[in-house]
Amino acid sequence: MVPTQYYLILSAILFGLGAVAFVVKRNIITIFMSIELMLNAVNLAFVAFSQSWGRLDGQVFVLFVIVVAAAEAAVGLGIIILTARNRRSLNVERVDLLKL
Amino acid sequence: MSPQLLIFFLLAALSVIGALSLILQKHPIHSALSLIVVMVALAGLYLLMGAEFVAAVQIIVYGGAIMVLFVFVIMLLNAGEEEHTDFSKIAKYGGLPLALALTGLLATAMVRHGGAVANAANSDSLASTTSISMLLFSTFVYPFELTSFLILVAIMGALVLAQREKS
Repeated sequence: MVPTQYYLILSAILFGLGAVAFVVKRNIITIFMSIELMLNAVNLAFVAFSQSWGRLDGQVFVLFVIVVAAAEAAVGLGIIILTARNRRSLNVERVDLLKL
Repeated sequence: MSPQLLIFFLLAALSVIGALSLILQKHPIHSALSLIVVMVALAGLYLLMGAEFVAAVQIIVYGGAIMVLFVFVIMLLNAGEEEHTDFSKIAKYGGLPLALALTGLLATAMVRHGGAVANAANSDSLASTTSISMLLFSTFVYPFELTSFLILVAIMGALVLAQREKS
């Protein structure tokens, strides 16, 4: 058996890498992908805890997270298309109307 | 080392390499392909934990639907290589160390206190798709119905956002 702790450590590493990608990347599509990476890391922790407690609630939560992620991807990519059409650029630093 | 542990380390290494590749690649399509590697590796880990249904949903919804949507948008917008702009000094000197600190903090917390979490007694009997659906349609039936409203709103939102303005 693989200890639950290993899954949790892997989940933490993946979440952190997603956070790093969110800060480092400049392309708005890649930033959106790093959000999906963080959601995946959380799903891994959910399933690991579900297995550890011997209850299935965590796996049901994972289904809900996946549904929310799908809805978020649809709306977010719509926003990205709109932004790219208006700004002619995918660089987030060129979208700075609200910046002081 | 048991075969399960070996498979775990193989898949864990694959997912971490995929996540690193997502950061290091310059072209968005390469990042998208790296993300697909991460998602397939995670589906393998779910199978290892005995969560077959979640693994199947992970492959179909994440690896299939969502990533196809991403690749399609990349194609549609003709996204090229990332350009390097140094507009934001805070993101460069503050964001990266803070994100790395978050990673270190989470990982050390799991290393120190994650051992207190009980390990699964047996993974075979737990996760049958039948019992997940029983739970989904009894205890979680209201959240389940609410997600259909969420999807409806998302469909309408995406349509409104993506349509061309009438002029």
